[in-house]
Amino acid sequence: MSDFNPEPVNRLPRREALKWLATAAAGLSLAQLDAASPTIPPSGTPPFAPHGKRIGADPVLNKTYHPGELWPLSFTVEQRAAAAALADLITPPEKGDLPPSALGVPDFIDEWISSYYDETIKDRPIILEGLTWIDQESQRRYQKVFAQLSLEQQSAIADDICGVKPVKKELRPQENFFKRFRHLAAGGYFTTPQGMRDLGYRGNRPSATFEGPTPEALRHLGL
Amino acid sequence: MPIISEQNLRDDYDVIVVGSGAGGGQSAFTLTMAGVKVLMLESGRNYDPLTETAMFQTPDQMPLRGISTVEKPFGFADATVNGGWQVPDEPYTQANNKPEERFWWWRARMLGGRTNHWGRISLRNGPYDFKPYSRDGLGFDWPIAYEDVTPYYDKVELLVGVYGSNEGLENTPDSPNNTLLPPPKARAGELYFKKHVTPLGIPVIPIHRAVLSTRQDHTTIPQRLFPQNPTAQKLTAESMKARAACFWATDCGRGCNIRANYQSTTVHLPPALASGNLDILPNAHAREVVLNEQGKATGVTYIDKTTGKERTVKARAVILAASSGETARILLNSKSAKHPDGIANSSGLVGKYIMDTVGAGLGGRVPAFEGLPLHNEDGAGGHVYVPWWLYQQQHAGKLDFARGYHIEFSTGRHAPNLGVAGPAGPGYGSKFKEELRRTYGSFIGFSGRGEMIPNKDSYCELDPEVKDKWGIPVLKFHWKWSSHEINQAAHMQKTFAAMIEAAGGIPNRVETGEKAIKPGGFIIHEVGGGIMGADKNKSVTNRWNQCWDVPNLLLNDGSAFCSNADKNPTLTIMALAWRACDHLIEEMRQGNL
Repeated sequence: MSDFNPEPVNRLPRREALKWLATAAAGLSLAQLDAASPTIPPSGTPPFAPHGKRIGADPVLNKTYHPGELWPLSFTVEQRAAAAALADLITPPEKGDLPPSALGVPDFIDEWISSYYDETIKDRPIILEGLTWIDQESQRRYQKVFAQLSLEQQSAIADDICGVKPVKKELRPQENFFKRFRHLAAGGYFTTPQGMRDLGYRGNRPSATFEGPTPEALRHLGL
Repeated sequence: MPIISEQNLRDDYDVIVVGSGAGGGQSAFTLTMAGVKVLMLESGRNYDPLTETAMFQTPDQMPLRGISTVEKPFGFADATVNGGWQVPDEPYTQANNKPEERFWWWRARMLGGRTNHWGRISLRNGPYDFKPYSRDGLGFDWPIAYEDVTPYYDKVELLVGVYGSNEGLENTPDSPNNTLLPPPKARAGELYFKKHVTPLGIPVIPIHRAVLSTRQDHTTIPQRLFPQNPTAQKLTAESMKARAACFWATDCGRGCNIRANYQSTTVHLPPALASGNLDILPNAHAREVVLNEQGKATGVTYIDKTTGKERTVKARAVILAASSGETARILLNSKSAKHPDGIANSSGLVGKYIMDTVGAGLGGRVPAFEGLPLHNEDGAGGHVYVPWWLYQQQHAGKLDFARGYHIEFSTGRHAPNLGVAGPAGPGYGSKFKEELRRTYGSFIGFSGRGEMIPNKDSYCELDPEVKDKWGIPVLKFHWKWSSHEINQAAHMQKTFAAMIEAAGGIPNRVETGEKAIKPGGFIIHEVGGGIMGADKNKSVTNRWNQCWDVPNLLLNDGSAFCSNADKNPTLTIMALAWRACDHLIEEMRQGNL
């Protein structure tokens, strides 16, 4: 009870529920566990990390970590600016909200591509080359870097690679970049307290009783 | 917690308990409440859930948004440290590299062991589950019946605190009145599926889970548990008073710093330590059990992981509760000229008949869930489940697999994780966000958890070559499913698809049984390897978890299981450990050991 703060915590939801975590642990998403189709046990150690830094098997669990704290980051100033602009384009803020670039999303993407786990290592060249390309393409079309373009100009480039309309064959690598970047940017944003609320998550708050579904929710389901 | 180091070891312990999880924790609790002096050896480090648990942290406060990695396989905030399917410095090997013949061995090198991991689902085995051979001619009957274990299920439920309800269903036992805590309300999605699958004959009822939905009644329960023992009453009452009721937030898998859920460090170990009868030595990696000339256990030899030095501690009796695989490893490594195949192994069955739970799942999209008015859907795990419901059809030979499974649910708007954008189509911007809001939480996931029948092709032995960091031979696993498990997994797939369709949903692709079944060990319900039986030539332990060959050596983890019902094993491990310790105490009192 020492740590139980009966006031609603200022950070909203937590519960990361990973790829396939969930199983047993009460309430975790079994769907996610069972969606995985593993074939071999994981190897004992993560891939070689040139900087030698990892999370480790016994990290301090109940503290706040910041990107760059466990291993050095990689983005250049230019790459960081492009990542921030693209993240803000992908999940633009609602009225009164902060943009993802102000919520540490680019830092998270940098942390991700600077790590050497099976889950992260393939994204490093994809993201770095993609950010370089998007600035080059902006220069070619508008003579400015991506971060300095208008929303319309940014959108014109994004529209060519986001997959809503057929993507030209020569832009396949960029299409893949956009897909991976969106996965990280949206996932990064919707796992912040603001992003969780924006999405519709209302949990991570202690309460004396579990209230269950609201009458409106039951009506919605015909119950 | 008052954890000791080597220099504080005493030389007059009554019992050494190897392992601090469900079996070890329960053993230490039962013994110390009776005044028995216990030394617990834990291979991992000390761990305190009150100060180490990540309760409200959000993914943006964790490295890599808390994703699963090889170092933290259930995600960054998961309680397990120094654990997983791979543990540093402690390899294991496979007899065969075919994926379907590999066994995934999960370990947790920390105080509390695998109770730091489990889902707290607490289902009693029923009468059929103790006599499976008599029912269908497969596997083994236990040398005990449900009635032998019933009083201990009652006690364990009262001690740890289990929520649930009594439904009077076949082979799904009820608990006595005033034993279970009230179950939490079902979620919207759970109620929706209950409505739509009940017409299929599939019962949806409250699950039983070791979470305090209300505080325990510390004024009456201790007396019910220990009618003749005022000291135990007082210690148990104090511990119950210190536990809070669940506040319906944060994953149980992270651990619980208000002690509302069960892990051995929140329930068993605090009163055991408070009794003054328990010493816990962490970082003590048990290597072998030492026997005297008469074949009685006299102690345990372990490696101090902090110094690498070996030491032997002595006691009148030894309890192995190191996890089924590790217990077999210790027995097999207890070799001598007199016991070239390890101890307690005159039957040749140590390490044999390892079982896991059959696991397969299927998810789907449920359009009716889209646009559900927003509300808090956290709670404590799934609040409902489906117990096995086809006992009669199965018994009549209408199914192509012999044993049942239960179904666990995952519905609702879980806390978003990094994969949250997965369901959205291409695009970006406001429209993309709107689409994600619409689809978020509109999915159902069903997980089948079924009974595996023990078979002679699933076992472990010592690897002749490979040793761990401390020079101790490691386990080599052999694994095979039979058609019963494969066909059961296929039945799960078809059933889950039918359930999703009955609710107007769109199931994901249904796989074959071979494809759908999870690898052995993946569900982390490993039991067997020291099976219990009525015939000492056909089993390792007797009805009291005592090794036939070494009566003052008990196997109090899952290793004594000779069947593995679909019911998650932890509650039964605890009930049998309590029962075995009561018997051990009586035998020691009478001077029989």
